[in-house]
Amino acid sequence: MRTRWQRIKDSAFLYHFLRDPVAYVSFAILMVLTISAFAAPLIAPHNPYDPTTIDIMDAELPPAWTDEGSRTFVLGTDEMGRDMLSTMLYGMRISIIIGLGAVFLQAFLGIVIGLLSGYIRRLDNILMRIADVQLSFSTYMIAIFIGAIFQTAFGVANYEKIAAPLLILIIGLAEWPQYARTVRASVLAERKKEYVEAARVIGLSKLRIMGRHILPNTLSPVLVISTVQVANAIMSEAALSFLGLGMPLTKPSLGSLITAGFEYIFSGSWWITILPGILLVLLILVINLLGDWVRDYLNPKLYKG
Amino acid sequence: MFAFTVRRILQAIVVMLVISFIGFAIKHNFGDPVRELVGERVTPEERAQIRERLGLNDPFLVQYSRFLVDALHGDLGRSFFFKRPVTEVILSKAPATLELVFCASLIVILLSVPAGIHAAIYPRRLLSRFIMGSSIVGVSIPVFLTAIMLIYIFSVELGWLPSFGRGETVLLFGFWESGLLTKDGLLHLIMPSVALSSIMLPLFIRLVRSEMMEVLESEYVKFAWAKGLQPRRVWYVHAFKNTLLPVITVGGVQLGIMVAFTILTETVFQWQGMGSMFIESVSRADTALMVSYIVVVGAIFVVVNTMVDLIYGLVNPTVRVAGRQ
Amino acid sequence: MGKLLSIEHLNVDFAMRTETLRAVDNVSLAVHRGERLGLVGESGAGKSVLGFSIINLISKPGYIDSGRVVFQGQDISTYNDEQMRTIRGNRISMIFQDPMMTLNPVLTIGAQMKETLLAHASISDAEATAICLEKLRKVYISSPGKRLTQFPHEFSGGMRQRIVIAISLLTNPALIIADEPTTALDVTIQAEIMDLLLELCESDRMGLLLITHDLAVVSQVTQRIAVMYAGTIVELGPTGDIINRPQHPYTRGLLGALPQKAGDSRRLNQIPGVMPGLAKIPPGCPFNDRCNMAGDICHEKRPPLIVKQSGNQVACHMVD
Repeated sequence: MRTRWQRIKDSAFLYHFLRDPVAYVSFAILMVLTISAFAAPLIAPHNPYDPTTIDIMDAELPPAWTDEGSRTFVLGTDEMGRDMLSTMLYGMRISIIIGLGAVFLQAFLGIVIGLLSGYIRRLDNILMRIADVQLSFSTYMIAIFIGAIFQTAFGVANYEKIAAPLLILIIGLAEWPQYARTVRASVLAERKKEYVEAARVIGLSKLRIMGRHILPNTLSPVLVISTVQVANAIMSEAALSFLGLGMPLTKPSLGSLITAGFEYIFSGSWWITILPGILLVLLILVINLLGDWVRDYLNPKLYKG
Repeated sequence: MFAFTVRRILQAIVVMLVISFIGFAIKHNFGDPVRELVGERVTPEERAQIRERLGLNDPFLVQYSRFLVDALHGDLGRSFFFKRPVTEVILSKAPATLELVFCASLIVILLSVPAGIHAAIYPRRLLSRFIMGSSIVGVSIPVFLTAIMLIYIFSVELGWLPSFGRGETVLLFGFWESGLLTKDGLLHLIMPSVALSSIMLPLFIRLVRSEMMEVLESEYVKFAWAKGLQPRRVWYVHAFKNTLLPVITVGGVQLGIMVAFTILTETVFQWQGMGSMFIESVSRADTALMVSYIVVVGAIFVVVNTMVDLIYGLVNPTVRVAGRQ
Repeated sequence: MGKLLSIEHLNVDFAMRTETLRAVDNVSLAVHRGERLGLVGESGAGKSVLGFSIINLISKPGYIDSGRVVFQGQDISTYNDEQMRTIRGNRISMIFQDPMMTLNPVLTIGAQMKETLLAHASISDAEATAICLEKLRKVYISSPGKRLTQFPHEFSGGMRQRIVIAISLLTNPALIIADEPTTALDVTIQAEIMDLLLELCESDRMGLLLITHDLAVVSQVTQRIAVMYAGTIVELGPTGDIINRPQHPYTRGLLGALPQKAGDSRRLNQIPGVMPGLAKIPPGCPFNDRCNMAGDICHEKRPPLIVKQSGNQVACHMVD
């Protein structure tokens, strides 16, 4: 019964997905971007992490379609002589990994905290106050503060060495309240329902009720916000990198590439900063469009507009 | 209401205590007050003496309470880089940031309200689709990238606008360096405030639109139509007046969040405000200054949020009573 | 009695995401001058949609698919927005269900009353105020001058519904459409409001279309009753006939479910099942799956609404 219902729902989902060009085009672009990011070592024409292949004499070459462009470097080179296309692909891989990692951490923290505060009255007040305060400060601010504190604590050199896991930790710590609130709201809605009451009457333990009965029902709102949260996490990472609290230039993310190229736009080398910028915007935009579509799909009242 | 006010203020105090505690813990572990006071060229013996004199060997909690008392007197320590009390440094940087936030808020409010209303009233029109489409593109562009694009187009390529700094400023009341009163200062303000507003504008348009659409669905708006009122009266008097309250409360907090984005905007434009000061203090390991920024900005946020909550609590009963019982 | 309002073969559709649902299905109905007509049915039967479609104020995604609405001799269903505006609140007023939600919380009573007058006539502010005070007195609101400056939250539910009624009277309309005007109120206040409506309609000879699910309410106020089921009218006739000699099995079921009709110690007769959703209306007679008289023809042909032996119009194959 349940699987059949599931199948109908899935097919309706697919039906609407295929009828909305914004949805499937965004999805296709996202797929292309993700696959080429993770296949970077295979498809990138150069290896930006290998100093022996880089020649400083190639620095600041413009893209191939301009007058001074070179065939070897389709999108030009950056200030160190690295191939832009390869560096961007590798950079996007780092951005996506950090984004996904941070969202997993946020979701984990948020689900645990949301379940606890939705189910245990005594914890609710304090946990939700923390979430409120953190949200009122804006997650960006919190991420920047945590990043600043970490950098002070570890020193710049050490910070750069473990930047990727640190960034996941920072963004995860900064953005869990979104999840916690969503999960808590659906826990509060679920626990009023009869089956939870029934489970309690049979004498199932709280932990079991939470894990086996309530948790599965809170997952669909969690999935809905996850799409947009990945975009937010990638944005946060880029912002932190831009402020010098993120990935070092030797292992750049899209954000640190933009930063590094910034000073060169004054001398006319726009591609070092604008090209990774466009890629970053494209990546975030298609994720946001997909996220919007999913939300609208599950919220028919808004769909009609 | 009285109980609510007291509880809300107590909560604010608790939050401030937590922030100050975090701030102090950072300072205690990573700061070097001796360096802040006399620089780095002192002998180890002198250092030990100064440490003792400053009470740095006292128990943690004793030092924390001293930090609290000092902070309440407006003394948050000295900046090692500026060689001045941090309160002074922050106060001298605050006008730049506040003017930037003010101009950006102005842009956000002046553009988002008409755009949001239009998109709510005519959801199917081409212009509405364009507004909503560009708003999703808008939220997808990081604020520093907007800033960089603006600089590239208007400074590098066209050469119309200055790309960094505040330009010519005028000293007001003896402490406020204002860029609002000179043409040069205003020219310098344009790009930073546009960049800063770009992040909030899409959010506000969506906020105004969704609140307005919700109100347009309400019974009293339907009744207003049933009374045969002119569309303008229904939209701008009946619907918009009710949209205003949630927009102001949510929006008030959101505008406060813009302070977070001043860090990015100021860094791009080398705007001499609190945000760029903070990032510089991080890279210079100027711990006292960094911690004070966190504490000061934290205090601003807590005060703004508490006030918004209290105002909402004051205004809300009428709405709540009207809405239900 | 001439016809004040006549609805002819009206179809109202709702465009959902995957399908179009018919909420009002080929309804023809007339209200005569000064007549009080009750429109009765369960919630979801389409009676509110029908009421709102008269002044073309159906909530999205609903729209009038076909049919005519003739009011005072003119087909108002072809009116554009501005023409329709001059009808709404002017010659046809509406009273909504929940007075708590009907009045705008941020505007004073005075502002909400005067704007109605000013939208339909070019009169001075003082004249408008005078009319407002007169109508407030008419609905027995004490010290009306003070009331004009107050906000809705300063009034009780019953008071607010009186104010809504006063607003509906402002322009001396020819027809008032009252959509469940007492449902949201306390029982004691319900009777008060109904009496007031009856009194006002009688004294000013106004037409009233009273939409309700409450048969007891219509039986006291209206001269005729139309019973609606799943978007169609199944029975139409004088109030006394419908109440005392219901013909359609659905009407009988409705009356059987009323405590006072069931009498003595007998059980209340409930109609088995529930009214089908708009997407699941069966072919033939929409009531066939709940009807204990249904025969083969009921599953094949939709019964037309025609005059039967009793004199009532009934849409049923099984009633002679």
